[in-house]
Amino acid sequence: MDLTFTPRERAFRAEVRDFIRTELPPATRAKMIAGEELTKDDYVEWQNRLSARGWLAPNWPVQYGGTDWTVVEKHIFEEELALGYAPRNIPFGVSMVAPVIIAFGSEAQKAKYLPRILSSEDWWCQGYSEPGSGSDLASLQTWAERDGDHYIINGTKTWITLAQYANMIFVLARTDRTVAKQKGISFILVDMTTPGVTVRPIETIDGGHEINEVHLENVRVPVENLVGQEGQGWTYAKFLLEHERNGTAGVAGSFQLLERLRAVASEQQLDGRTVLDDERFATKLAQIEIELTALSYAQLRSLAAESAGASPGAESSFIKITGTEIQQSITELMMDAGGYASLDPQTHSALWYFNFRKASIYAGSNEIQRNIIAKRILGL
Amino acid sequence: MDFALSADQTMIKDSVDRFVADAYSFDARTALAASDTGFSRDHWRTFAELGWLGIAFPEDRGGFGGTPVETMILMEAFGKGLVLEPFVPTVILGGSALAYGGTNEAHQQLLEKLIEGELLLSLASAEAGSRYEPSIVDTRARRDGTDLVIDGAKVAVPYGAAADKLVVSVRTRGERADRHGISLVLVDRDAAGVSRRDYKTVDGQRASDVTFAGVRVPGDAVLGEADAALPLLEHVLDLGLGALAAEAVGLMSVMQRTTLAYLKAREQFGVPIGTFQALQHRAVDMLIQLELARSIVYYGTMALVSESDARLRGKALSATKVQISRSGRYVGQQAIQLHGGIGMSEEYAVGHYFKRMSMLELALGDVEHHLRRYVRLGRELASAAPAEAVEELVPA
Repeated sequence: MDLTFTPRERAFRAEVRDFIRTELPPATRAKMIAGEELTKDDYVEWQNRLSARGWLAPNWPVQYGGTDWTVVEKHIFEEELALGYAPRNIPFGVSMVAPVIIAFGSEAQKAKYLPRILSSEDWWCQGYSEPGSGSDLASLQTWAERDGDHYIINGTKTWITLAQYANMIFVLARTDRTVAKQKGISFILVDMTTPGVTVRPIETIDGGHEINEVHLENVRVPVENLVGQEGQGWTYAKFLLEHERNGTAGVAGSFQLLERLRAVASEQQLDGRTVLDDERFATKLAQIEIELTALSYAQLRSLAAESAGASPGAESSFIKITGTEIQQSITELMMDAGGYASLDPQTHSALWYFNFRKASIYAGSNEIQRNIIAKRILGL
Repeated sequence: MDFALSADQTMIKDSVDRFVADAYSFDARTALAASDTGFSRDHWRTFAELGWLGIAFPEDRGGFGGTPVETMILMEAFGKGLVLEPFVPTVILGGSALAYGGTNEAHQQLLEKLIEGELLLSLASAEAGSRYEPSIVDTRARRDGTDLVIDGAKVAVPYGAAADKLVVSVRTRGERADRHGISLVLVDRDAAGVSRRDYKTVDGQRASDVTFAGVRVPGDAVLGEADAALPLLEHVLDLGLGALAAEAVGLMSVMQRTTLAYLKAREQFGVPIGTFQALQHRAVDMLIQLELARSIVYYGTMALVSESDARLRGKALSATKVQISRSGRYVGQQAIQLHGGIGMSEEYAVGHYFKRMSMLELALGDVEHHLRRYVRLGRELASAAPAEAVEELVPA
């Protein structure tokens, strides 16, 4: 056991930091610091810079454009991106559909979609939840009927993040109603320019437009867009969710949120000094920062175990639970720190709080995650 | 960075796990806790023979050149067994003061005796009026020729009755809360003017309140720099925090494992109680707290191994103590609750782990103390060099 960073790891950190300093557009960085929404162009420009360096998809196998970084190096990379105020990784293409295509897709699918993700020609979104299927995802009703060498898909998908930017959606659809509900689901790639696809925005309680409802009405999709085998979609979906959970923990991003919280607290006065200098506030902040430090080491340990051959299981659920609870603690304290200034939407301090209530709901609610872990550890 | 144990570390882990399995059945532990000294001299000789007493010390001091990683491995196993021997007071606290503050040949010989198992030490730094803050020292030592004459009182000295010598923090200059003016001195157990009130602590360990009335010690009993020993004392206390934190992980892991087994075995309403979702979610939260605690211990241990800036090291160890204490409190309370009535029984092991965990939370400073210290050190670092403080966000 060696719990220190090696000279190579420290050099790598410096290299990443240097890259961000020179390549991250100053306007994007300024928006990130201010907590403003980024445009699609902002994201794409940054993704292209990462891609040019070969760093957009560090977790992919090298042959498809990934890196040979160790888990520690990947961890350092994530941390530096967050600390350097780089835009968040939009996971739907790089971190969600791509691993499924790499693991279960055809050679033709790999050849077609992976390069288009690296070049940001495709923007993917995730068609999982439905109005009637949330935590009980396997009850989904979207129906894909075989018609010659096409599927005809009908249904409604909801809570779809950044669907307004997307041209591709991966959809879980039922292809067999005669078998157990988990067995009749297939994983299908849908071009959103196909006739019958409509996107309706959903405004959220923070006033933002991040999520959408996507309607699929008689959408004709070639059978070659089926990933893997028909009826195996639930297996692929679970594979994806386990990868997603580690990503949704947002550990590195929470270090960034803490900086933002400090900025809010340093602008507010209390008894002739700043809120940041108030003892009660400072100890609340310290408590969160300490827990985040613990979580960041937990994540590192989990990734190290994964790279040593363990599959992400209970750990990824536990990291999702704790990571999102920490995000919520930070943003809750941010609203409190803002005082009256939180009333004004322009300060964003209450909006972050409202926005992050989603974190304990998405990617399998934290209650569902606890059920998953309980099943694993108790086996009852 | 590598979380896997080396071959040497695996050997240490295997041997300490075997020791705990062989020597520390619950009944054996209960009997030992009830004995006169509250621990076993035979076990202590085993510790010496297995090299555990020298593991933490550098080779040029006669130790075996281990790092706090090896201490972490030992302490986690000691936690699992509720081990009673005074390893932390003697080796980590007293021994580190000798190893890093020793100034003469006599000190070196004492350290060698300690490593051989022939010398027990303890640290007497806490006072009734200082609570957990080591820089508040009312115990005074005035100079008389080359001697020092000590007057004052210390509390909660761990295994003070067994210690051959005490490492005592005394004020040799300045006012009670000055950071400057503190010295560390070695005082013989039987020196004239030393009196003790010994007691068994609620977790089955031993402690003493010690009074010093005109206790005369020679000048060469001073460890570290006279009048300026607070940094040494804080380093020693940080090493102690790291050791206690690893012990806490051992305690929590047993409480978590025991509770999980109970949830599977105990039936009510005709089913195992672990089928109830309200209890399942608590069991999951216990596991989460255990994992957070284990993770912060790696972080704290890393800081002890590699952090040369005392403020960064102190901040990391305070973070460690805060997290293990909060996690430990949750795990302990839930362990009792989920066991129901049997958890309250003195004849059942889980309550003893709970009690040890609860007292460990107080040892060397509780959550409130370490949150304040964490904040204070953070501010000192930020005002010293703002850029440094931001970089330090990344545990590196």
